[in-house]
Amino acid sequence: MELAFYLSSLVAVLATVGVITGTNPVHAIVYLIVSLIAVALVFFALGAPFAGALEIIVYAGAIMVLFVFVVMMLNLHPDAEREQTWTHPRYWLGPSVLALVLLAALVALLGQGGVGETIDGELLTAKAVGMTLFGPWLMVVELSAILLLAALVTASHVGRRSNPLRNNENRGGTP
Amino acid sequence: MSWWTPELAAIVWAMFQALVILLGAVLLGAALTVVERRLLGLWQDRHGPNRVGPFGTMQLVADMLKIFFKEDWIPPFADRPLFVLAPIIAFASLLLSFVIIPITPGWGVADMHIGLLFFFAMAGVNVYAVLLGGWSSGNKYALLGAMRASAQTLSYEVFMGLSLMGVVALAGSFNMRDIVNAQEGFWFIIPQFFGFATFFIAGVAVTHRHPFDQPEAEQELADGYHVEYSGMKFGMFFIGEYVGMVLISALIVTLFFGGWHGPWLPPILWFALKTGFFLVLFILLRAALPRPRYDRVMNFGWKVCLPLTLINLLATGAVMLLIGS
Repeated sequence: MELAFYLSSLVAVLATVGVITGTNPVHAIVYLIVSLIAVALVFFALGAPFAGALEIIVYAGAIMVLFVFVVMMLNLHPDAEREQTWTHPRYWLGPSVLALVLLAALVALLGQGGVGETIDGELLTAKAVGMTLFGPWLMVVELSAILLLAALVTASHVGRRSNPLRNNENRGGTP
Repeated sequence: MSWWTPELAAIVWAMFQALVILLGAVLLGAALTVVERRLLGLWQDRHGPNRVGPFGTMQLVADMLKIFFKEDWIPPFADRPLFVLAPIIAFASLLLSFVIIPITPGWGVADMHIGLLFFFAMAGVNVYAVLLGGWSSGNKYALLGAMRASAQTLSYEVFMGLSLMGVVALAGSFNMRDIVNAQEGFWFIIPQFFGFATFFIAGVAVTHRHPFDQPEAEQELADGYHVEYSGMKFGMFFIGEYVGMVLISALIVTLFFGGWHGPWLPPILWFALKTGFFLVLFILLRAALPRPRYDRVMNFGWKVCLPLTLINLLATGAVMLLIGS
């Protein structure tokens, strides 16, 4: 289990580096998909197969498809020169230093917590996840349901045809 | 024989089972290409392939020889790595889904408790085969086919997941063995008829079978996303479609028709008979139905099937609460 955890974590990190350094947008997205699947495997190794399966279904199976869709529609080409200017140290030095400070804080906190939990491969079933979600966290589930409903209403408002009658006139009366 | 421990024997037996199921799925998929052409010939009142061997039974061998020895051409304008990757995804993701299907009480590859979710995950990954194949071909017809395919598959996968939640609720588990065992008394087709109807439609759409073969509509798109593929790479897309048919048929049998349950005959025979019935149904659909217009396919998915599955899920939950209380 530990070996699977470290291997898939390594794959996730390498794939994410591939996303950033790649110049071909579609290749970068494929790297991102690999990274997400690797994260799902990390969940599997930690004993949470339900979360892992949902990670693949929702992120790799639905959201990334839309990303690929949009990138294909935009017909982007590999653009190494423009990417070169983006990877100038001026742009990434500040965020990297800040992230390093956070990393140091995280490592210090982890060191304080004693031996901590190790990976034991205990299985977290779908039933247990459901009981927790609809027990102590019911409020969060309902709030996110309201948020999603709001997003749905917004999307249908943005996507609707402005005025069907006027559209017909603009098209010169064709049915 | 001190090294031959019971654990080792169990591992070897499990690997043997996995290999047999893998080979069985691939060979059945390959054989179906010929069976389909013969059956289509029968239903459309023509001969079909009947020249090679007695009754055309050796046609499969001839097709395989041809596809193996054909030049495997990669167009110079194609995106090479993704062009090679796409058929592998198409084939592997569907084959991996066979892992969760329990064939008889003793046979089956993996007994995961997330069972059904694994199939959804693989179906989600399978979309990339068409998308990447169409894009990397560098051909506008292929790209248009890929666009249609991904839009259609995404729309139909939404309610494919929802259509099976009624079954999951009734069985109380995602595990396929638990689902089959819960159908000991009566098959889930009876309480979950709308679930079955929508899952069957979604299954046909997700495997891009007629009448939902928009992505490869020959008349408009000259074969869609695999127009640039040749040789064994085309073969993997082609056999992959039939493997998908076998997979969806086996899933329908497992989820709605009681899996291996049935009187008199041994379990393996019941499973094979039921799966064969749905395979023939898939082919009959192709022989009988014309291809609808693309926008109608999308409208049907979102405006008929999605509400139907939601109402079905709601009704299932309500009835279960009523009976349970």
